Amino acid sequence: MAEGLATTHEHGAHPALQHHFENMEQQREAGTLGMWVFLVTEIMFFGGMFLAYTLYRYEYPAAFVSASNHLDIKLGAFNTAVLIVSSFTMAMAVYSTQIGRQRATIICLILTMILGATFLGVKAVEYYDKYEDHLIPGRLIPGRQFDPVIAKPGDNDPHKLHLIEGATKENVQLFYWIYFAMTGMHALHMVIGLGIMTVILIMAWRGKFSPEYHAPVEISGLYWHFVDIVWIFLFPLLYLLGRHLEGHGG
Amino acid sequence: MSLEAGYCPPAASGGSPTLNEMSEHIVQPRIYVVIFLALMLGTALTVTAAFFDFPGPLNAVVALTIAVVKATLVVLFFMHVRYGGKLIVLVIASALLWLAIMFAITFSDYWTRTWQPPF
Repeated sequence: MAEGLATTHEHGAHPALQHHFENMEQQREAGTLGMWVFLVTEIMFFGGMFLAYTLYRYEYPAAFVSASNHLDIKLGAFNTAVLIVSSFTMAMAVYSTQIGRQRATIICLILTMILGATFLGVKAVEYYDKYEDHLIPGRLIPGRQFDPVIAKPGDNDPHKLHLIEGATKENVQLFYWIYFAMTGMHALHMVIGLGIMTVILIMAWRGKFSPEYHAPVEISGLYWHFVDIVWIFLFPLLYLLGRHLEGHGG
Repeated sequence: MSLEAGYCPPAASGGSPTLNEMSEHIVQPRIYVVIFLALMLGTALTVTAAFFDFPGPLNAVVALTIAVVKATLVVLFFMHVRYGGKLIVLVIASALLWLAIMFAITFSDYWTRTWQPPF
């Protein structure tokens, strides 16, 4: 009954409507559900790293506090704000498409991309700071292995590592493995997000979207917000926990 | 959610497309603005709270509670889950369940490793 299955839509059907869907609404909802299923796999993927983080923080609390306090809280907080604004502009891009305002959609998408790029720029500055302080773990950088200068009590040099009681250099390195794995994977997701937004921007530019057909914008938005959520957890876990112990035994 | 409705044979629903084509809920910008402000406030709160010395493990509890609230706001409003179908809620709940299982089983090992036998 192949002929019966290959139903063609009647005249007036939206050109973006695939033959296996009843109508645009069903197609959009199926796409949204599919994206959520993908995001679940992403939750489990990042969940594994969050588990590793929790486990080693539980095992080596002093080293994690010492390492965490070396991160730049100002840059971390700034980047958190940048991502929240970008999520807002993304939500507005979806709204603009829903009400059929092409110009507003394009502006919102461009703003979202600028903010995403800003985040990555700040992240690059932070990574470079870690490189300067010899905090890139293991031998990831040839000829520049993990070898931070340990600060003596009373020394406030921010480039030196301030170990609190019970912390060892080896366990601080463990924190930095986790830090680079998690922020690195997050940054990779941001780069992919920027790629997706480029495609969406081009589609918006060419006038592909309308109130009837805006699923690609919405689904890409889901991905963008998800990456924001990962950072909402990474920021307090990596930068904030243990801040109240700053200077203790430094 | 009209996804289920779409599984009807074409003859049943094909004739009246309006039955299936329920208009989706369009979230108004002022809601986005409120959520955006709440998220910024949450960020300021979590940074401020991090410098207070709460007793015991409360610093972690406060930080994680704020993070969970922020994430929930993003999911419900920015990601439209509050206005969507129950199927998506089920998908998210199943993810959280498996995540909880992964954490619980792993920690049941690490937590108890150093325990001495009671005899």
